[in-house]
Amino acid sequence: MRAFTQLDGLVAPLDRANVDTDAIIPKQFLKSIKRSGFGPNAFDEWRYLDRGEPGIDNSKRPLNPEFVLNQPRYQGAAVLLTRDNFGCGSSREHAPWALEDYGFRAIVGTSFADIFFNNSFKNGLLPIRLPAAEVDELFAQVAATPGYRLRIDLAAQTVTRPDGKVLSFDVDAFRKECLLHGWDDIGLTLRHADTIREFEARRRIEQPWLFS
Amino acid sequence: MPKTLYDKLWENHVVRSEADGTALLYIDRHLVHEVTSPQAFEGLKLAGRKPWRVSSIVATADHNTPTDHWERGIEDPVSRQQVETLDANIREVGALAFFPFKDARQGIVHVIGPENGATLPGMTVVCGDSHTSTHGAFACLAHGIGTSEVEHVLATQCLLQKKMKAMLVRIDGKVGAGVTAKDIVLALIGKIGTAGGTGYAIEFGGAAIRALSMEGRMTVCNMAIEAGARVGFVAVDDTTISYLRGRPFAPAGEVWDRAVTHWRTLVSDPGAHFDAVVELDAAQIQPQVTWGTSPEMVAGIGDAVPAPEDFADPVKREGVARALQYMGLTPRTPLAEIKVDKVFIGSCTNSRIEDLREAAAVAKGRRKADNVMQVLVVPGSGLVKRQAEAEGLDKVFVAAGFEWREPGCSMCLAMNADRLEPGERCASTSNRNFEGRQGNGGRTHLVSPAMAAAAAIAGHFADVREII
Ligand code: SF4
Repeated sequence: MRAFTQLDGLVAPLDRANVDTDAIIPKQFLKSIKRSGFGPNAFDEWRYLDRGEPGIDNSKRPLNPEFVLNQPRYQGAAVLLTRDNFGCGSSREHAPWALEDYGFRAIVGTSFADIFFNNSFKNGLLPIRLPAAEVDELFAQVAATPGYRLRIDLAAQTVTRPDGKVLSFDVDAFRKECLLHGWDDIGLTLRHADTIREFEARRRIEQPWLFS
Repeated sequence: MPKTLYDKLWENHVVRSEADGTALLYIDRHLVHEVTSPQAFEGLKLAGRKPWRVSSIVATADHNTPTDHWERGIEDPVSRQQVETLDANIREVGALAFFPFKDARQGIVHVIGPENGATLPGMTVVCGDSHTSTHGAFACLAHGIGTSEVEHVLATQCLLQKKMKAMLVRIDGKVGAGVTAKDIVLALIGKIGTAGGTGYAIEFGGAAIRALSMEGRMTVCNMAIEAGARVGFVAVDDTTISYLRGRPFAPAGEVWDRAVTHWRTLVSDPGAHFDAVVELDAAQIQPQVTWGTSPEMVAGIGDAVPAPEDFADPVKREGVARALQYMGLTPRTPLAEIKVDKVFIGSCTNSRIEDLREAAAVAKGRRKADNVMQVLVVPGSGLVKRQAEAEGLDKVFVAAGFEWREPGCSMCLAMNADRLEPGERCASTSNRNFEGRQGNGGRTHLVSPAMAAAAAIAGHFADVREII
């Protein structure tokens, strides 16, 4: 997994609540059997004026000028600022794959859906939860300031605004360690293979019906 | 200390814990479908790892499979490749059971697990699919997971999880005639919102839940995720046990008796502590219809479409305005006056035999309205299809002008050919009314199977209580 330590990134605002994973990456792109290449189709239905299909050349498609990520000032954004319940709906990991492939490394919002939150960590994409009042201020500052950037430091658990104000956020200790080091969870878990085997052997005796 | 059912399920599966409480949970059942597994199998292979316990795997192809003309196979080459990749992966690694495309027991992953007795009380069940919460109806700890987690479970038989908070949703009283499990869960989501259950494991209890069949409980647990909760479950009782007896993968003989003794303990102890309690009176619940682009945007059939200014919160107001524009609806329109173009009866929420019976009861002896272009009835599995045909339900549907299809996810997410065209309005028994979910530009209204059939007959949403 890709490690995340610090980031100094341009911020793009997506001012909506309940952005679901169908919106982040529509279902027709889920037919791919790869993990990469989803970036050009991130937010496909909002971003383009025509209907996207797998395999077509996205660079020739008409962009929706109304969609915020298409505005010139947000090109190259690495931080997505959003509202409540981001990533709700389907468990598709194609959503964080698409966001990461688009160029986002962190998402700042008030709350995230559980499965999306989890999936993001597995892909080096850092979801950051901040209080609603702080998120409101960020939206106002981004709107007022072209080129608005945030500095994010995972080890210190801080987000620093251009005006110097430092916001802190919570993250589980174990997740933080894994992300800071870019550890592969499977490798970590397999270090406990003997413990898993013992647990399994006991279970087989106590509840044999679970094993057929 | 009295324990909740969640405490018991959790403690029963913790292999070890990290200092911050992150636990390694042992996984009993791993359900696999074609969309979220290819990258996991590939990752496993690239890392030179083997699946830990293939007897935990039950697999099927459901999302991409067509629902008609099976003799032609899968015509879309991209869908076909995904289904063939699943076939190849399962052939290579093995599984307890595999129901490929066209198999007699093929179907939606959340329908086939329970009906084959592969979902048993007290299990941890995972699947790369958010509606895995469905299996909680059997007092399982059933999580939807991402593809990296699918790979983690394949490789280690474990999932890394932190314990969630516990919520009790108690629905007391008795629902009126024509009010179903779907209406109960939609009313709940309307009350607590789509993020109301985020961070919680929900136990559904109370007299109205106890009175539901296993099919009804699956409908309720299925939509726990639409309330934000990754898992939702119901305690074991006689209904659970009698449903399971004699199913192909359920234990038999002396092992059955031992299992039942254990399963009976899978209830919350009296006085157990919940972090949150939500109560609903079943008698107050009307048949529900969603009017927006989030399942929380829902109202009773007797109500009207709201106006943005009814909502105080500015983000919400803006969201409602956007939803009404997408849905092509004018504030204050009575829901019963909204005309529909298509009707979809199916999905892991409502495609079981009981759902089809409810829809058939409304359709019997009637015909779809002329303005309704298509009514799709898609059974959840091959077994459901056969059962429905044995009961003559297919004939009732066909006589009413409905189409009787082969099993699969179908127009729930429109990955196959069944979809809405831009601007089309659909009464759907599925679980998500997100923008574009049933086809780019399509407009979805979530309802129960009985309400979907009523809309097909009337040509607009109609109160099923006045029809039955
Ligand atoms: S029926 Fe719909 S919600 Fe259920 S598994 Fe299939 S696509 Fe997902």
